[in-house]
Amino acid sequence: MPVNFAPSADDMLRFGPEIILTVAGTLLMVLDPLFSRRLPRIFGHISIAALIAAIFAAISANGLPGFAFSNLLVIDGFGTYFRILVLAIGILTVLSSYRYLSREQADTGEYHALILFSVMGQCVMVTANDLIMIFIGLEISSIASYVLAGYLRNDKRNNEAALKYFLLGSFATGFLLYGVAIIFGLTGSTQLPAIHNSLRDPATSLMVAGVAAALMFVGLAFKVSGAPFHIWAPDVYQGAPAPISAFMATGPKAAAFAIFLRIFLTAFDRISATWMPIVWIVALLSMTIGNFAALTQNNLKRMLAYSSIAHAGYILVALASNSDFGTSAAMFYLAAYALMNLGAFAVIIYISGKGEKHLRIEDLAGLGQRQPFTAAMMTVFLLSFIGVPLTGGFFGKFYIFRAALHSGLTWLTVLGLLNSAVAAYYYLRLMVVMYMHEPGEVTKDLESPSPALKAALVLPAIGTFFLGILPGAVLTFTQNAATFVK
Amino acid sequence: MNLLEIVLALPAIGFILTMLIPRSQDFAVRAFALAVSVVAFLASIGLATGFQFGQPGQQFVHDFVWISTPEIHWHVGIDGLSLWLIILTTFLTPIAVLISWKAIQHQAKEFFAFVLLLEFGLIGVFAAWDLFLFYTFWEIVLVPMYFLIGMWGHDRRIYATVKFFLYTMAGSVLMLAAIIYVYNLAGTFDYAAILSQFQSGQISLNHTEGTLLFLAFFVAFAIKVPLFPLHTWLPDAHVEAPTAGSLMLASVMLKMGCYGMIRFCLPMFPAAARENAWWINILAIIGIIYGALVAMVQPNMKKLVAYSSVSHLGFVVLGVFSFTQMGMDGAVYQMLNHGISTGALFILVGMMYERRHSLAIKDFGGVATAAPWLATVFLITTLASVGLPMLNNFVGEFLVLQGTAQANFTWSAFAAIGVILSACYMLWMYQRVFFGNASDDLKHHMPELNIREWVCIAPLIAMMLWMGIYTQSFLPAVSETNSRILAQTSRAVISAVIPAGGARHAR
Repeated sequence: MPVNFAPSADDMLRFGPEIILTVAGTLLMVLDPLFSRRLPRIFGHISIAALIAAIFAAISANGLPGFAFSNLLVIDGFGTYFRILVLAIGILTVLSSYRYLSREQADTGEYHALILFSVMGQCVMVTANDLIMIFIGLEISSIASYVLAGYLRNDKRNNEAALKYFLLGSFATGFLLYGVAIIFGLTGSTQLPAIHNSLRDPATSLMVAGVAAALMFVGLAFKVSGAPFHIWAPDVYQGAPAPISAFMATGPKAAAFAIFLRIFLTAFDRISATWMPIVWIVALLSMTIGNFAALTQNNLKRMLAYSSIAHAGYILVALASNSDFGTSAAMFYLAAYALMNLGAFAVIIYISGKGEKHLRIEDLAGLGQRQPFTAAMMTVFLLSFIGVPLTGGFFGKFYIFRAALHSGLTWLTVLGLLNSAVAAYYYLRLMVVMYMHEPGEVTKDLESPSPALKAALVLPAIGTFFLGILPGAVLTFTQNAATFVK
Repeated sequence: MNLLEIVLALPAIGFILTMLIPRSQDFAVRAFALAVSVVAFLASIGLATGFQFGQPGQQFVHDFVWISTPEIHWHVGIDGLSLWLIILTTFLTPIAVLISWKAIQHQAKEFFAFVLLLEFGLIGVFAAWDLFLFYTFWEIVLVPMYFLIGMWGHDRRIYATVKFFLYTMAGSVLMLAAIIYVYNLAGTFDYAAILSQFQSGQISLNHTEGTLLFLAFFVAFAIKVPLFPLHTWLPDAHVEAPTAGSLMLASVMLKMGCYGMIRFCLPMFPAAARENAWWINILAIIGIIYGALVAMVQPNMKKLVAYSSVSHLGFVVLGVFSFTQMGMDGAVYQMLNHGISTGALFILVGMMYERRHSLAIKDFGGVATAAPWLATVFLITTLASVGLPMLNNFVGEFLVLQGTAQANFTWSAFAAIGVILSACYMLWMYQRVFFGNASDDLKHHMPELNIREWVCIAPLIAMMLWMGIYTQSFLPAVSETNSRILAQTSRAVISAVIPAGGARHAR
């Protein structure tokens, strides 16, 4: 195979978002000593500008579909969709961070630079066509998030979260890497289409491939917090700074699901009969454990952490259906989930106060009377979590269970839908507290949300309604993008 | 945009605009909500006058693609079954607004906005001809009702509203699964297209599939009706809800379940419906008698009326699953009657609560001397509810009993016990509340009906008389639709008995 080491201009264009993010991230680090005293908000502005520029770069890269850098990357609709998704998640995270950082007096360039690097790693993950690239992207994203989880270094909870996340995360990455090594030994390649082809060869041992798939499954299930590999998630989400919890539950998760889908539906397509039952079980476990554990939580962040495990379960249902429908449903759901979760976390950032003191569910008491606007936004997100029609969450669930029924997973569908009825209870509880309890001390002293935080509330709400009322455009895109290059 | 969509759009627009009115404009909020609901009612009368009686199929149809993949249509239309239910909704909403004029003082803006949103959802349920659209409206209804009970209800409101939401949600997720399953077979959500595929044998279900799908739909509807033993959310929700909430809940929302059974369960799964009819009817009869007996011992007026609903709606289910023309006509007529007379009862009980701040029967007595007009109106409503001839419920109950007798005389005999019992508990309650000596305290706190209250209750009394005396205004449209649904069920049963010739849809 002739290798051209000098990347072509097209390759550079296809790699545009990553280049922009890297440059901007580095710039932030350089600017940090200059502005951190006088103009700390400028870091946020720069990151948002960079993320928006990266979205445009991702859109223009989509005009040049194909492989880049000797087949290491593939630019297709699937990758572009996820690139835009993780970039948008980055924007919303930065928007909700302004107030948080100034409240904690921790507004630095490195925070924003780390977010940009993490998003950049996710962009690499979702467009990677090679297990090595996937690993590199995953590590870039993960290492940045490990640091972010412990960003407030004087806070004990932050340190605990970062350490847990780091130790367990590296352990999981080890599993993934071990799987990659076995696959390389078996097929002699790390490129997904090549693996796909060599697994079709009857001479290849499917047993060994199965072992590799299982190892990679463990690693990825950890990253998406699927039960029983979810144990880290509640502690980490609870301990990390609130904007970072929101970010970790959406961005890295979306990217991890993207590679999950890509690896299992392309490279391991041949042995789907082996992994489908496992995904079935993990999906059911995640939904059930997540929802039932969330029922008893009193801490808002911890409750949303368990809810994020449950939602990972729903997306795994889409994966278990192993079809283009399922892929498209998972893509749609990840976007809908990202919007509602970021929005709900923005409300938590808003009410929690300095040092995140107010995180109990009762702290929301009377929000509907005191801050009707914020409460209304939260209601939209909660209804979307429950899956009430006209919200993105409903359509997401609907598409997922439609895909599952299409693949004959009737029992998983019934159990999943019953699960979502159970879940309604704990989301309703928040609505009860917000609207039906008398205002408590926390909500009495709240000021109106700042403009950036308002944007972090309104934009996801608009997105949630958009996905719920006019999902056609997004859905057409995901369905066209759901066929992979094999 | 046709007239039906205008009727549908008005409350939705009203909801949004009400939300935008500043909180300080208290009177404007109320007046605006009232105006919107009255205009919606007037527009809906146009549906009845423009309705071509005797013409089969839906009218005022509008159908376009809402979402392209999977193809989901905005497909609305009405037939004789949905026509009156929509008018019932629009008729009761202004009354619900008016009855809350004084009672709702805190966060009035949200209250009236939610009443309008509720109206939107309810009309939508009865107008939707696309399964997906139907489900959408079905769930939308939950949200405003959840808030109405939870924010403006009585002491145990939170328990009641959460119970209400979860009960309904548990039923409707199963229905969603069934809807998706049907979609995967038929390749469309369009109800007319699905029905024609079922009837032409293009898709046929095996026995298990048919039964399970039927049950998935049926349980969702039975929870809403509510059918014994799934009724336990109802007394709680009714007692805790504000008057307007109880009114809309009893009068219209419960009808969503009955409507769903007639509209979806029977035509789509006729074989399963007939096969399961025996235990459904037994549950309905248990509901009739049990509801009546429990109503009899209630110390709380509102709870008494709530249990009487369980009893009355047993008749509806019995009529539907008698599979006779008369039984089904009676069931639909009973749905409307129950909406009028039980709605009126809830309004009157609400008025008495506003006067006395109590719902316990023992806190009243001798009201007739203090407020003779209130007592008279209450008496007419009570008599309507127990099924006195010339008043509306008589017609419905009579038709149901006769239709059921055609199918199975034993059922009819047992159900008739319920009619007798209803006279017992209603009249006994009336006696304890209105007769006897009025205490001074009660005389002091029991003013006569004021003009606003007259405006609320007079139309309902008029409707009781009209529907009791001149059924011809309402029944023909209903019978016409029912006969078609009945024909669909029987024809399909025959084709299901003969070994299925239709090829199974490729999966």
